[in-house]
Amino acid sequence: MTVKVAVLGLGSVGKGVLEMIARKDLDIIVTGVADSKSGLIDPSGLDIDAVLTAKKTGRCGDTSISANEVVSRADYDVLVEVTPTDAGSGEPAHSYMKMAIERGKHIVTSNKGPISLHLKELKDLANEKGVLVRYEATVGGAIPIMHTLGNGLAGNKFVALYGVLNGTCNYILTRMAAEGLTYDQALAEARELGYAEADPTYDVKGIDAAIKLVILANTIWNNGASLDRVDITGIDRLTNDALRLAEEKDCTIRLIAEAFPERGVLRVSPRIIRKDHPLVFEGTLNAITLETDMAGEITLIGKGAGSIETASAIIGDILFISSHVRCN
Amino acid sequence: MKLEMKDSPGQLVSALQPISEVGGNIIAVIHQRDLSSREDTLGVQIVLEIAESRLTDLVSMIKERGVNILRIGKDRLLYKQTVIMIGHLMHTDLSDTVDRIDCTGFAEVTALDLAMPAINEPSSARLTIKSVSKKDMDAALDILRDVAKTKKLLIIEPLEGELV
Ligand SMILES: NC(=O)c1ccc[n+]([C@@H]2O[C@H](COP(=O)([O-])OP(=O)(O)OC[C@H]3O[C@@H](n4cnc5c(N)ncnc54)[C@H](OP(=O)(O)O)[C@@H]3O)[C@@H](O)[C@H]2O)c1
Repeated sequence: MTVKVAVLGLGSVGKGVLEMIARKDLDIIVTGVADSKSGLIDPSGLDIDAVLTAKKTGRCGDTSISANEVVSRADYDVLVEVTPTDAGSGEPAHSYMKMAIERGKHIVTSNKGPISLHLKELKDLANEKGVLVRYEATVGGAIPIMHTLGNGLAGNKFVALYGVLNGTCNYILTRMAAEGLTYDQALAEARELGYAEADPTYDVKGIDAAIKLVILANTIWNNGASLDRVDITGIDRLTNDALRLAEEKDCTIRLIAEAFPERGVLRVSPRIIRKDHPLVFEGTLNAITLETDMAGEITLIGKGAGSIETASAIIGDILFISSHVRCN
Repeated sequence: MKLEMKDSPGQLVSALQPISEVGGNIIAVIHQRDLSSREDTLGVQIVLEIAESRLTDLVSMIKERGVNILRIGKDRLLYKQTVIMIGHLMHTDLSDTVDRIDCTGFAEVTALDLAMPAINEPSSARLTIKSVSKKDMDAALDILRDVAKTKKLLIIEPLEGELV
């Protein structure tokens, strides 16, 4: 059955989603799009290639149609919310999502802000309205961690969680260890390659990883975890000497997010870790290890970011919704 | 622990047998030529692991067999943990930092590797800490974390549950 989506945000992720919907035969049509200054609505389905071409010149559509209007007026089954993350307020994404849920629309998002702050509220409202909120793309990029938690490992008790949740940090540490680069040199290299933002604070201070840890903890344990309860240490004070001292002992240093619910531990910090540990790998990959009562230990590794990789997670969520609930 | 005894025929076998009977684990048997000041004896050193509570049993069983135990040395520090510290280690008195662990009596810094950085750059050090028990190790690490906080040092610890 065809599913109708409205896409908010036409940056790296939004464009990736549109491209894949246009190129692959997924039975998804796009009935609304919006960026920060314009929007388009067409109940019979937009011409995606035309939208992407228009977006190259700046605006995707009509400046008289705002994102707000797309959310409140367009005819769609699923709102794909891929606007920028505001970790402090979760806005405006949070309001868009609530508005769509009130209208009985499902939500698929890659936006960590509103999910780390308001997951319970959004889920409760969605339950009430009989719709789903899915956010696979918020953690671990293409890694199907949420599907694994909710479906594959359903019924397991989760005892602990370890993750490498920030590809930028993993890249920097890999380069410091392999080439003896200083932290500043490795960061500059990551920037040049587009792995680090112009302002890398969120990544290197461990905040991005901590936000993802909060999302995982709330998903698994529903324990009201929040960013201010995570014990956070970043990688920005690490020296190449420290990495060398670790390597001399057949170990290395990685930024690890950890959760031990029984002791109330939520922590992101650089850790000494054996080189043959499953969480040690090179480059920008992400990984999550789960300790469970039935399945034992499971580690998922994959691409943690990227336009098409993140689109993979978004599309997985859209198709989950269209195959599990009836869209109008 | 280390057991030292006179090396005369049959003694070694007599000494080894009770070890397995009390659930001990023999790690090494070392023959020593210059162990004792007593002119005509050869020494044997046995390195073994055994529960503290079974030690007296073992000693009396060995003595019953006529083996003379010269000395028992216990290495109490069985737990080992490596941590890395980053910061102005020299300016903040590294030897004081180490002393805070050593003076506990239940944990010791047994190795320290210091990397000398460029002038004014933070330095890095790798510390190996040994302790009597897991609980003592946790207490020692708590002390180190406190010291690090006041001295503005960064401590990097191993992943939980992994001893490195
Ligand atoms: N990039 C990744 O690999 C990745 C991976 C996982 C999760 N995420 C998350 O996914 C989201 C999107 O990431 P991105 O990399 O695609 O960001 P991006 O490249 O910065 O794109 C953001 C898009 O949102 C639009 N936008 C901004 N404010 C808006 C508003 N109020 N209403 C409607 N649209 C608005 C922007 O419009 P203009 O085009 O007009 O500026 C732009 O098209 C973020 O929350 C990010 O954290 C990204």
